[in-house]
Amino acid sequence: MLEVRGLSKSFGGFLAVNKANLDVSKGEIVAVIGPNGAGKTTLFNLVTGILKPDEGQVIFKGEEITGLPAHKTCKKGITRSFQVVNIFSRLTIFENVRISVLSQQGKTYHWFRPSREFANEETGQILESVGLIKKKDNVCGALSHGDQKVLEIAIALAGKPELLILDEPTAGMSPEETARCIDLIKRLSQSLGLTILFCEHDMELVFAIAQKIMVMVRGSTIVQGSPGEVRCNQQVQDAYLGGGDVCSV
Amino acid sequence: MGGKKSIIILLLLAAILALLPFGLPRFYTYLTALIVTMGLLATSLNFALGYGGIYQLHHGVFYGTGAYATAVMITKLGYSPWLAYIVGPLVSAALSLVMGIICIRLSKLYFGMLQISLGSLVWAIVYRWYGFTGGDDGIHGIPAPSMIGSSKGAYYFTIIVAAVAMFFMYRILRSPFGSTLQGIRDNVVRSQAIGVNVRRHQLTALVMAGFFAGVAGVLFVVVDNSVFPDMLFWTLSLEVTIMALLGGWFTFLGPMLGAAIIVLLRTFVSTVTEYWTLAMGIVLMLVILFLPEGVLGKVFEIWKSRASAEDRS
Repeated sequence: MLEVRGLSKSFGGFLAVNKANLDVSKGEIVAVIGPNGAGKTTLFNLVTGILKPDEGQVIFKGEEITGLPAHKTCKKGITRSFQVVNIFSRLTIFENVRISVLSQQGKTYHWFRPSREFANEETGQILESVGLIKKKDNVCGALSHGDQKVLEIAIALAGKPELLILDEPTAGMSPEETARCIDLIKRLSQSLGLTILFCEHDMELVFAIAQKIMVMVRGSTIVQGSPGEVRCNQQVQDAYLGGGDVCSV
Repeated sequence: MGGKKSIIILLLLAAILALLPFGLPRFYTYLTALIVTMGLLATSLNFALGYGGIYQLHHGVFYGTGAYATAVMITKLGYSPWLAYIVGPLVSAALSLVMGIICIRLSKLYFGMLQISLGSLVWAIVYRWYGFTGGDDGIHGIPAPSMIGSSKGAYYFTIIVAAVAMFFMYRILRSPFGSTLQGIRDNVVRSQAIGVNVRRHQLTALVMAGFFAGVAGVLFVVVDNSVFPDMLFWTLSLEVTIMALLGGWFTFLGPMLGAAIIVLLRTFVSTVTEYWTLAMGIVLMLVILFLPEGVLGKVFEIWKSRASAEDRS
């Protein structure tokens, strides 16, 4: 579904992403892992069009989308959540998700009828499915960090994606919140058949839900494969898992 | 704020405005019409600034352009005033579109700086082109249709047109377009990521704000029967920005209140001392220190905390 070929991006001489490769097939849950500063977030920004790559290709459903601006990649079917909470802080939870639904439906230029007459059902369903419906009228600047991260996912879901990209979905969450978030991601994959690409530092979470893992170090793809293959890969162990022999344990 | 409460307040306000010319001398109807005109202008600025998050630093240009277009059409080209009243705001909207296309690629303050430069260019043209615009004298004695020629007629025309314009802005800000615009204000990157073409929405908002500024310009022509180059000088834009901030730029009616405060201050303090800007400076500093969300923002905050206190008891 998504193919990334030799993608590179540098910031003033620093190679943040260096010829990265990635394959995501339909219906898969794929994790990107790597140490801090490996270029995971930059990779996601390149795929979703927030940044323009210097070279390489991004192909989505057989169509080249390299360098397409963010609002267009969204319309192609890729939506995302952000690592640092990125929401509309002066609006309520409900309004946050409604804007995304309105955008998905192409109704953002309706200028006379009030917003509250639009997209109520769809917005309600999404909030129901992520478990935020009870807090729908809260202004989201005042929400807990965990709820804000879930709202991130809800906003991304409202775009009706085929590929959902989650940038460290559980960063900063408490253990209970993390457990709920894992449930949510699994449910989205199973019930909606969503293809999910995410990056994460929590290895437990990665090995619990990912069907495929891509390891990035210093901007490059070291290896891509099933969790078992990745766990046993010598390069990965040297670069990332601390060099110990994990496989024989 | 409860819906019923606000409707009662609005009806009361409408009644006061409707009866005002019967109880007060002519000067006060002129002053009220001027406040409403400036209030409409400040609200149209806030449309772009407070709701759109666009650094509209030279909003006065669209106000002055609307007023000049109307004045020139009536006095130099001999068109009917009614037609000129409609074309004026459209000229403002067109200028807003052109300047917007040039400026919108820049972000935040850079947008504002470029807008000030381009706006100053428009001001220079108006200031220099004696034959057409009257240069630094401006144009005086612009005739109005007899129906609104009297001071009462001009007053009612101003109130009604401003009310209609305010109603439209209110509806737009509460529509999906308005929600999207506020989303862009809160978070540009997020808006892009949910598929919103940020620049195109901002440009649309700029054209709308320019149009309503042009409406305010027309109202000034009706109220004052004159135009002068100061209307599109950058200091006026600054004054309008202060009105919006002072009244409360996250509230819809805040800029109108801010306009009332500034116009009244200027009118009455300047009769006591020529240093009226000193009074304004002090008021402004107090607002920045104690009411960062503006006067009306503070009022709503107090109402809200009272309402939640009642809920708890």
